[in-house]
Order: sequence, then structure tokens, then C-alpha cells
Amino acid sequence: MKKYWSFFRLRFVMGLQYRTAAAAGMVTQFVWGFMECFAFQAFYETNPAAFPMEFSAMVAYIWLQQAFLAMFMAWMMENDIFEMIVSGNIAYELCRPVSIYQMWFARTIATRVSRALLRCIPILAVAFLLPKPYGMTLPADLGTFLAFAGTMVLGLLVAAASCLLVYVLAFFTISGQGLRIFMVSLVEFLSGAIIPLPFLPQPFRTVAQCLPFASMQNVPLRIYGGDLAGRDMGYAVLLQVFWLVFLVLLGKGLCRRAERRIVVQGG
Amino acid sequence: MNGLRLYVRYVSVILRSAMQYKMSFLLSALGQFFVSFNVFLGIYFLFGRFHEVKGYSYSEVLLCFSIVLMEFSVAECFARGFDSFSGMVRQGEFDRILVRPRSAVLQVLGSKFELTRIGRLLQAAVMFVYGLGHCRVEWTWLRALTVLFMVLGGVVLFWGIFMAYAALCFFTLEGLEFMNVLTDGAREHGKYPFDVYGKRILQLCTFVVPYALVQYYPLQYVLGRSQQWQLALCPLGVAPFFAVCYALWRFGVRHYQSAGS
Repeated sequence: MKKYWSFFRLRFVMGLQYRTAAAAGMVTQFVWGFMECFAFQAFYETNPAAFPMEFSAMVAYIWLQQAFLAMFMAWMMENDIFEMIVSGNIAYELCRPVSIYQMWFARTIATRVSRALLRCIPILAVAFLLPKPYGMTLPADLGTFLAFAGTMVLGLLVAAASCLLVYVLAFFTISGQGLRIFMVSLVEFLSGAIIPLPFLPQPFRTVAQCLPFASMQNVPLRIYGGDLAGRDMGYAVLLQVFWLVFLVLLGKGLCRRAERRIVVQGG
Repeated sequence: MNGLRLYVRYVSVILRSAMQYKMSFLLSALGQFFVSFNVFLGIYFLFGRFHEVKGYSYSEVLLCFSIVLMEFSVAECFARGFDSFSGMVRQGEFDRILVRPRSAVLQVLGSKFELTRIGRLLQAAVMFVYGLGHCRVEWTWLRALTVLFMVLGGVVLFWGIFMAYAALCFFTLEGLEFMNVLTDGAREHGKYPFDVYGKRILQLCTFVVPYALVQYYPLQYVLGRSQQWQLALCPLGVAPFFAVCYALWRFGVRHYQSAGS
């Protein structure tokens, strides 16, 4: 465990170094958040009855999404890993007396958390200060906040596990490019990054909510604004745990198979 | 050899090398397609629920989105060299460009040609045709010409932004992420006519970076919401903006200090 912790720390500190990038990213995310707010406001004003959630919950969803973008965005994959697999440098990783799956898992989490940490505080601080319709509100009660925090961690783990699946599958296909494109576009839409899942029409919505992609940002972001509560919330959490276990077992199994039959390319 | 012939030569070399990796090319094009296809799906489902936004119907928004997407992908296809200029500065490749007896702009333009953007363009074309067929617009020559103006103006506008971005790289040496707001952000949010976002955004998009000149204003005429044919000339307003971007680029080149090894 200790070795993975140090991998985590190493990556985490590295991620914290990119402060200018974080500042620039923050500006982008602010503008993005505003534009999203305005666009959804236009839809809300067109027909408030058709809006599937409270507008304040929508605003909270948007700002949280921007603040924790680095944690959940599908395209946040480690390019080094793909390069290693293509170039054959993966051999060095395989020599290490650690599980490659756990090492990469620690690394993925560290990169995502460190990036998000740098950006989330200023974004949230300003989002709270904004005037009424566009401002962030506090969650309804402490319980909601705790549920938000807990599902956030679970969501991050599911997102990382799905990312790991792409890395591991790249062992079999060598160039991870195609897989990556496929996975990124699936995750983008089905995790609610483009529009929140409640906006989908009925049969789609139920199906999408059962898929692993819905166990990422969809759950915590909707819990925060009070859109997901009570029994539905319980189901969503159970589903998160299920998909996490499933994805990790699948990833580890594939990884073990890959390690047994791997042929390192290049020299 | 004049400039154009040199450019064609550059492009043909790039294309030939790209076609050595056909699979990779196809996958990248597909990826481009998927990224904006997701945005389309978002619009599709939102309109399935709301049917219109601020008086714009589904097909009208598709028309708007497809035009912006066309503007952007054509600009990115040609001017990608400026978009990824930071790498060129950092590796000292720009030094080589400066010592050649040809214009720097032409060489930077010729350094990249992203045919993979055809994935996006294809989607734009499909949406455009659909929007064309389904929105209640009486097509006249002037309206069709206005669409052409919009696309041309938009390409020049995005090219200008890419160039301004490259000019900043002379001073910062690295790409500035916040410039993405002006390019990717405009592509993404240009899907709705800018008045949907409110008056202030429309003003910003008219006077600061003139996106609305190639989107909102001429669109009013195309969609028949306004009868003033003068709106068709709006894309011409991009010219001063482009001139400023070009001046910025010239300023950057003059103050360039080699950074590579």
C-alpha cells in the first residue's frame, strides 16, 4: 500500500506545479460556466414546465461541473501511458515489483485530484458570490453535503477505473487511439457532461442511468442541488459501488491476461 | 514559384505523408465527428423537450450550428499551423522559417493541413442540409450568398484568432489555455444564435470579438426574421478585426527572440 501511496504523492505534487495552466484553465471554465448558465436560462424561460430540475440545481450542477472538470473529464487520460505502450518503454514499468494496475490507478487519481484541487476553490468561491439566478447555493442540509462528498469520491473512482480499462485494453490493440476516441465520446454524453441526464427523454434516461457512465459525475452533481434524493439516491449509490467493483475486477483480470502474453515492441 | 503554388506543394506533401497512416487518419476524422456529434445529440434532446429557444426552432438552430461548425473546421483545417504554433516557437523551428525567403505567414499556414477536420465538416454538411430542408425560409440568391459570406467571414475570423494566439506565443512561449474560450468556446456555444445568451453576450460578441457578425446578424436576414438585405454585408466587419490580429502577429514577429536549441 505504501508504494502506491508514494506514487500517488509523487504525481500529486507534480500536478500542483502547473499553476499558470490552472489559472488559464480557470478563466476558460468561468466563461464556459457562464455561457452554459445563460443557455439553460434561455431554455428555462422558453418553457419552465418542461425543465426537468430546479433552475438553482441546474446552476449548481454547472458550476460544480466546471470546478471539478479535471476530475471527471473523459479526455483527461495519461498520454505517457499510451506512449509507453507504443514505444515499448512499458518494459520498465513491468520490471517494477508493483502491480501495474494499482500503480496506474494511483497515478490517475493523483493527476485528477491535484488538477481539480488547484481549480475548484477559486471557481467555487466566485460562483458563490455571483448574484441570484447564477450564484451557487449551499446544499439543503449537512446530510446532502455528506452524500455529495461521498458520491464524489465514488464517482472519481469509477471514472478512474473506466480510464484504466482503456489503458489496459491498449495492451491488446497497441495503438490506444481508436479505443480512446470511442470511450471519450461515450463517457462525454452518457455521463451528463453535455446535458444532465434528466434532460433525456424517458426510455433513454432510464437506460443511461443504469450504465456505468452515469455513476461518475452525474450522481454527486445532482445530489448537491437536491435533484437526486431519497430512494433514488440510495439506488444510485449502490449502482456506483457495483460498477466500481465490476470495472476494477474487469480491469485487473484483463491486466493479468495482458501481462502474461505481452510482447514488448521496439527496443 | 509563386505563393499559391508553393502552398499547394506544402499541402500535397502533408497529405501524402498523412495518407501513409490511413487508419490513424480515419480514426482521427471519426473522433472529430464524434466530438461534435455529442453536441448535436445535446441539441437534439433539448429540442425534443423544449421545441424552441427564444423563438428559434430546431432546424433554425441546426442551420446556425452547422454554419459555425463549417466556419471553424475550415479555418482549423487551414490555419492549424497557427493554432499549434507554441510548439514551433519552443523547438526553434520558427528560426528556420525566418531565414527562408518566403513570407512567414505562408510557411506557417503550410506547416499543417488538418484534413481530419473533414469529420466535423461532414457533420456540419449533414446538419446544414437537414436545416435547409426543414426551416421555413424562401431561398433566394441573396440569402444563399449571405450563407457563403458568413462561412467565408467566419473562416477569416477564426484564422485571425488563431493568428493572435500564435502572436502571444512569441511572448509566453507556451500556449495559453484561456485562448480556447475564443476558439473552441465559440465553436461550442455558437450553436445557438448569440442573442439566446442575452443582450450583454451579444454586445461582447459584436464589439470585442465579432462572432455575431458572421452568425447572429446575417442569420436574421437568412432566416427571414429581418428584411434588411444590408445585414448580408455584416461579415465584412470581420476585416478590421483580422487587421488587428495581423498587426499583433507582425508585432510578435518583430519582437521574436529565438527560444529553441
